[in-house]
Amino acid sequence: MAEKFLSGDEAFAEGIRLACPEVISAYPITPQTIVVERLSEMVEDGSLDAEFIHVESEHSALSCAMGASATGVRAFTATSSQGLLYMAECLYYASGGRFPIVMMNANRSTALPWNIYGDQRDSLSQLDSGWIQAYAENAQEALDFALMSYYIAEHKTVSTPFMVNLDGFILTHTYEQVDVPTPEQAKAFLPPYETENRLDLDNPKNMAFSAGPDTNYIFKYKEHAGMLRSVPVITEAEKKFAEIFGRQYTGLIDTYLTEDADYILITLGTIAGLSREIADQLRSQGIKAGVLRIRYMRPFPTEEIANAVKNAKAIAVLEKDISFGNEGAVFTNVNSALKSQGVTAPTYNFIGGLGGRNISHTNIIDIFEKIRKGTERVNFIGIEVNQS
Amino acid sequence: MSVNAKTLDTNEYFYGHKACAGCGGSLAVRGALKVLGKNAVAVLPAGCMSAVGFNFPQLCFANNAIISTFAGTASMLTGIEAGMRRRGIKDFTAVGFAGDGGTADIGIQALSGAIDRNDNIIYICYDNEAYMNTGIQKSGLTPFGAKTTTTPAGQNIHGNIRPKKNMFEIVAAHDIPYAATATVGYMPDFLNKVEKASKIQGTKYIHVIAPCPTGWGIPVSDTIDSAREIVDCGLWYLAEYENGEFTLNKDPKTFTSVEEYLRKQARFKHLTDEDIQLIIDSRDAKWEKIRKNWKK
Repeated sequence: MAEKFLSGDEAFAEGIRLACPEVISAYPITPQTIVVERLSEMVEDGSLDAEFIHVESEHSALSCAMGASATGVRAFTATSSQGLLYMAECLYYASGGRFPIVMMNANRSTALPWNIYGDQRDSLSQLDSGWIQAYAENAQEALDFALMSYYIAEHKTVSTPFMVNLDGFILTHTYEQVDVPTPEQAKAFLPPYETENRLDLDNPKNMAFSAGPDTNYIFKYKEHAGMLRSVPVITEAEKKFAEIFGRQYTGLIDTYLTEDADYILITLGTIAGLSREIADQLRSQGIKAGVLRIRYMRPFPTEEIANAVKNAKAIAVLEKDISFGNEGAVFTNVNSALKSQGVTAPTYNFIGGLGGRNISHTNIIDIFEKIRKGTERVNFIGIEVNQS
Repeated sequence: MSVNAKTLDTNEYFYGHKACAGCGGSLAVRGALKVLGKNAVAVLPAGCMSAVGFNFPQLCFANNAIISTFAGTASMLTGIEAGMRRRGIKDFTAVGFAGDGGTADIGIQALSGAIDRNDNIIYICYDNEAYMNTGIQKSGLTPFGAKTTTTPAGQNIHGNIRPKKNMFEIVAAHDIPYAATATVGYMPDFLNKVEKASKIQGTKYIHVIAPCPTGWGIPVSDTIDSAREIVDCGLWYLAEYENGEFTLNKDPKTFTSVEEYLRKQARFKHLTDEDIQLIIDSRDAKWEKIRKNWKK
């Protein structure tokens, strides 16, 4: 291993180099660009033996990756925001075709109004696209997801594409000390991709076909079941990862002081770090605060979240998303999970960070304050209830 | 070796499908696959041929074949070509079969990208001159005057008001290694162009006229006749683009009657004499340019 000072994008590119994809097809979009710039440099200097295909759109980026994956080779792409939405048709196609492509998404606001900064409305709008969705908190975790994502996606029982999300700018462009594994370690961790779900001259196949009302639901059920089977594979991957790299991850969620917490903030991505600091601060004042970071939005950690918050007095869900006319998508998912597990503590939604707006120290203190007293079901940070 | 009825592969690679009687598109796919053989890897976007050939469990390709997204024929071909090459496979042909809408409208961006990269693929556009699969709606390759379900022929508007997009010269403008026009009416010409394309490195584009009796309003037995007549009357031409030059393959001394070609088809029944004269004038203008600028 080697310590390097890397941005989130660069760390992810390092992870992809270690995963050795054979085909990379990508189209540039801020704040994803650094990933594809680094990967193209790695292909140029020979340190990554891959085809780098300069496609003319995000739709083609994923369509091309599907073509490559359909021949049984490891494929990678990366995008963000408008690009993710532009390739949305292909997202559903890739998961329906059971092509275990890995994609990095730099979480960014969606137009209109135009905005290049980070929120999570892009990826959260695609929760139903059949992709495993993971959210990294720091550059190290981003690199590690790059390796683990292929292990999980390509597992024979899973065969499901994998989207790794990095908060735009806050993670993609922030430099941290990162432990970069050696190629030998990576090779010991990640087996080569082998599949029968491929075009094969010796055994020709017709792929990506139509299925009418008689059979369509069976394919959809199998897709759902494949995604659910990723749960034990995530555990397996993390165990093997810890053995080789010495870093143990915690599955679908990551908890901080939740065991005895009265007030728990549930969130995802980089804001979890500041949230933990606030929890510490509140604890020093005698308020039992805790933080739960969702690492995987799909498959959704229904039981894990319910278990972790079951004794809380009140729960906040802080997210960089709003489903207009309703509430944040994370809040909807969390509430459904809690209801199904019989958790009845009140829950409150906090919408923040839209278009890259800073979520401050004070904002998080305020969230804990509000849920202790009771507040509106859906709260927009920075906007009072009677404003519009 | 020239492809003809005697040398053509007797194996079938596309059969058992649900194409309509007299379908020109299925004939183009069947013929081209006989030339390319069992190692062809075919990509077909949403459209007639994927709708009739890929209904699980009735899958109709004997070679490897896959449906792409509607817009993604060329980009999926790119990925397949790269993937097969990465697997160390050399003896294969990545070939796409997309309709006129899949090529000239929704798929043109991906096609342009593939030609720009000079990916080693063959792209065949089977042109039946409208979105036939969805029920005969106008595409960018619907000819002037044609009645479709979205360009109705009434008192105010006589069908489609715009000429066909010139895909052949659009791809040529990319300086593509090889492009050709063809028709299922002159099958040996089409098949030999497919064979020629299979031996050229880089991106190849073949635009083949493939009548649709349902959409054109002709008897199912007239597919081949109409596909010949369109060339004989000068509304289509057989040509190639190679090494930066256009070559006209067939230069009729006299054209057969445009009016006769049009009047046989229900989609043109409403055209007035003036409409037909406009079509003839535009044909003559095109041929004047062709004869002046292209090799013969």
